[in-house]
Amino acid sequence: MSDFADLTIRQAGEGLRAGEFSATELLEAVHKRATMTEAELHAYLTIDRNGAARMAVAAESAFRRGEDAGPLQGIPVALKDNMVTRGVETTAGSKILAGWIPPYDATVVSRLQAAGAVVVGKTNLDEFAMGSSTENSAYGPTRNPWNPDTVPGGSSGGSAATVAAGSALGSLGSDTGGSIRQPAAFCGVVGVKPTYGLVSRYGLIAFASSLDQIGPFARTVDDAAVLLEAIAGHDPMDSTSYSGEVPDLRSGLGAGVQGLRVGLIAEMMGGEGYDPGVVAATRQIVAGLESAGATVAEVSMPSVDYALSAYYLIAPAECSANLARFDGVRYGLRVTGSTTEEMMANTRGEGFGPEVKRRILLGTYALSAGYYDAYYAQAQRVRTMVIGDFERAYEEVDVLIAPTTPTTAFRLGEKASDPLAMYLSDICTIPSNLSGHPAMSVPVGLDESGLPLGVQVLAPALGEPVMFRVAGEIERQASFSHRARLASSVVPR
Amino acid sequence: MSYQAVIGIETHVELSTRSKMFCACPVDTSSPPNTNVCPVCLGLPGALPVLNETAVEWAMMIGHGLNCSIADHSVMSRKNYFYPDMPKNYQISQYDLPLCIDGHLEVESDDGVRRVGITRVHMEEDTGKSTHVGGSGTRIHDALFSLVDFNRAGTPLMEIVSEPDIRTPAEARAFVTELREIVLALGVSDAKLEDGSMRFDGNISIRPEGSESLGTKVEIKNMNSMRSLQQALDHEIRRQSEILESGGEVVQETRHWNEDTGRTESMRSKEEAFDYRYFPEPDLVPLAVDPDWDQRVKNELPELPSQARSRYAGLGLDAEAAALIARGDAGALFAEAVSAGADPKLAANWLTGEVMAWTRRENVELAATPLAAIHLAELSSMQLDGRLSASAAKDVLAGVLAGEGAPADIAEERDLLQLSDAGALQEIIDQVLADNPEAAEKLKQGDEKVLGFLVGQVMRASGGKADPKLARELLGT
Amino acid sequence: MSEDAGTPPEVDIDIRRVARLARISLSVDELATYEEQLPVILHHAARVQALPTEGIEPTSHPLPLVNVFRSDAVGECLDRDEVLAEAPEVQDHQFVVPRIMDEA
Ligand SMILES: [Mg+2]
Ligand SMILES: [Zn+2]
Repeated sequence: MSDFADLTIRQAGEGLRAGEFSATELLEAVHKRATMTEAELHAYLTIDRNGAARMAVAAESAFRRGEDAGPLQGIPVALKDNMVTRGVETTAGSKILAGWIPPYDATVVSRLQAAGAVVVGKTNLDEFAMGSSTENSAYGPTRNPWNPDTVPGGSSGGSAATVAAGSALGSLGSDTGGSIRQPAAFCGVVGVKPTYGLVSRYGLIAFASSLDQIGPFARTVDDAAVLLEAIAGHDPMDSTSYSGEVPDLRSGLGAGVQGLRVGLIAEMMGGEGYDPGVVAATRQIVAGLESAGATVAEVSMPSVDYALSAYYLIAPAECSANLARFDGVRYGLRVTGSTTEEMMANTRGEGFGPEVKRRILLGTYALSAGYYDAYYAQAQRVRTMVIGDFERAYEEVDVLIAPTTPTTAFRLGEKASDPLAMYLSDICTIPSNLSGHPAMSVPVGLDESGLPLGVQVLAPALGEPVMFRVAGEIERQASFSHRARLASSVVPR
Repeated sequence: MSYQAVIGIETHVELSTRSKMFCACPVDTSSPPNTNVCPVCLGLPGALPVLNETAVEWAMMIGHGLNCSIADHSVMSRKNYFYPDMPKNYQISQYDLPLCIDGHLEVESDDGVRRVGITRVHMEEDTGKSTHVGGSGTRIHDALFSLVDFNRAGTPLMEIVSEPDIRTPAEARAFVTELREIVLALGVSDAKLEDGSMRFDGNISIRPEGSESLGTKVEIKNMNSMRSLQQALDHEIRRQSEILESGGEVVQETRHWNEDTGRTESMRSKEEAFDYRYFPEPDLVPLAVDPDWDQRVKNELPELPSQARSRYAGLGLDAEAAALIARGDAGALFAEAVSAGADPKLAANWLTGEVMAWTRRENVELAATPLAAIHLAELSSMQLDGRLSASAAKDVLAGVLAGEGAPADIAEERDLLQLSDAGALQEIIDQVLADNPEAAEKLKQGDEKVLGFLVGQVMRASGGKADPKLARELLGT
Repeated sequence: MSEDAGTPPEVDIDIRRVARLARISLSVDELATYEEQLPVILHHAARVQALPTEGIEPTSHPLPLVNVFRSDAVGECLDRDEVLAEAPEVQDHQFVVPRIMDEA
């Protein structure tokens, strides 16, 4: 392999241990790639060259001392900028946090460091993870490495783009309504939203607390499992953290799907807003699984048609409280006012972007006196129905299959003026956030315009092992090349 | 027309746990500003709360102390409003599913014992502290700017809400006093009004005597002492009656008690401030208290003031002494002294009289004095068997408190022992009778009038040490 | 998406009041935009009202956990200088805010 930046985590780990290259050389390759791609892609908000160099050196000396913290030691990874990093600016893509230097590390950050990973920097995102295109970043959009005229998806667009472009070997994102899976599909990489509670949220700047979950981006299913295993596990700092044993995520990898029961979600196989190409690709994958020995059935989940509506009440309601702390008193932006009330309103008026304000207003309304029962409480009941539909489905099948997104990557600005159309691009991913169940996107090919197609594998709570097992089989059959066909202007060929 | 007041009290009590409600920062008001803060209690982005188990158990104890039932399922909620000393701009509190419900408290009132219902006791977090700088300073919005210290933010706070069962300001005061003693007896808070670790708001309406319908309710804040509670309510009753008398209508509002002017003032506060948009706190999971847990907490409850009072009353103390002893830290010492043989009445009188006066004067804790249970026992037997007069016993007690030693030694030292041995006293009597033949003669003829004179002579001859009771007996025979 | 659940009731929302509640100052243009957009989004969201949900409990947590506690032990606090370094305005080691109007 000519360029270390294109290695998988697995391959790079072998090279490091075989002494073919050092952690510092690997980091330099990634930095070199970033200098080529960043001007056009803008996947990073912060590249922490010194910090990363220190971590690479630490990994190297650990190797020299014969210490091996596991498959991530010396591996350059990127973090979505809504995960707090001690001493490194963390903005969540918002003007209101410009220049904020956190005094503590998110739990996932400490765990990556303990695993010997090298944190390259902080990636771009829709402000406070609210969006599906990364166009809502206060610091400008990220572009899709496969075609810079299209969006990388969002809200974790930066994290997806770095892995596709080779400016990181793996990365972490957060998924509240599809913010890992949708950009993974748009950028042709693997993206995982784990079971709610499997990964600690401590240090993740909250969007919607009961929906947020951190997960990995990687170029292979196996790499994604490696990253998830490093960050999963109980955290006493997160009351909603799962306290049981973390399942062995890779136990099923390579075992095939012989005898597994696979369900196709009928409500997500076409209709208004769906590309025929996306639906066809999904059917083809399911056919492949069937020929590999899985039994396939179509299952109906009527409530998912209402999941989007419930989501756009629950998520804004929670965010309206979660973002109340940005008030210009203790940190971040302050816009002056003659009274505290005025100062707070001015700060929030100027510090938040249009989408964030839109959702705070929605949520404030949905919770306000006289509307709570009709909106918020009713949405929480629909949530119960969605969970019920999933549980019924999982009595019949081991995993569910659906498109990750109704379309492939859309053009920049295409949906910027129509919030509802933008929201609809999360229609296939939102139900798993409401239910808390795991789901992941696997790249399976390109559409006629050369943009990646993703298929989603959904599993019951803590069903990650079977989910990865099926994802592994899909990956094997699709034999999708993870290498983004970077625009010539980005990588001279 | 005469009116009856309908009063409910909402009390906030800070728990004195080691750490805060949702983080490991110490609960300590004495520290320099903004030193007891962490990402959680400072509301930093990404931080998450984790509930303090001790705070929950102490809340259950308060619930039991107020005869509440503990909910088997309760939920923390977010109460949303913006205020600069509230780090997250929502307060983690409880709303539709509080931990303790349906209790009551009995308080002494002019017309006997009144049972005041306790609607609920719920858990929440305290805010930081703002200091208002500049301006005339009497009202917050007169200040030029404010300084915020978050050391107090996240301190466990219990909100205790009473039913509107209170009828007079005096009853309100009695209610809050009893509530405070319960919290102190449970040892879950220092309940200092002056430090704000116990605070209360009142809501009050008035209605024509005998009427059952409720008048318009006014909420009163900033009553920082028992005195101001009673004064504010008195003032508010007068204010509202004057309004009604003059044919006006009471406005439903929140009013601020102004200690200086001695009146309540309307508070400026936007109507939105009351739309708290409560919803279940997604960062915390529900509480499920099973019967075993509830029972365990119940079993560990210390004696409550009401129980202590009836126990002391059972020992023959009058209500006032019983209350006094139950209240202060004298209870334990009293109980020890009695079991060591002290007469309950004597011990109670000394403890609530000389001893309390002395500790108040010297400004020391009872525990810090040399006084021990055995001293009280010794002292009471010396007075009962006549070796000490009542007044001499008090002198000796003062000596004990001053650290001069044990009662016997002090009595000896100060030469206060009474001549209470019949033999020795008889000699003096014989001498007195010999020296006063005609009085002795009259006595022989049964003239009781001279008895007092002769007892006086005996007392003089004995240098005041004779036990007058005994002397009278011996002369009489 | 199918509208078979029936059309939900019209949405009445006073953006000005909601913005005051949310402590967000809005420009005239923003106000106009949101007055146009929010009812549309809410109208879509209101589809949840068309579902028959009697007897269905609301879900606020995806994980069925109860009684998650920490023990009452004191731990590390943050360094004050590090904390105050991020504050917009500081005096006497405290956070400075302008005149407070609300007494609530
Ligand atoms: Mg309260
Ligand atoms: Zn703290």
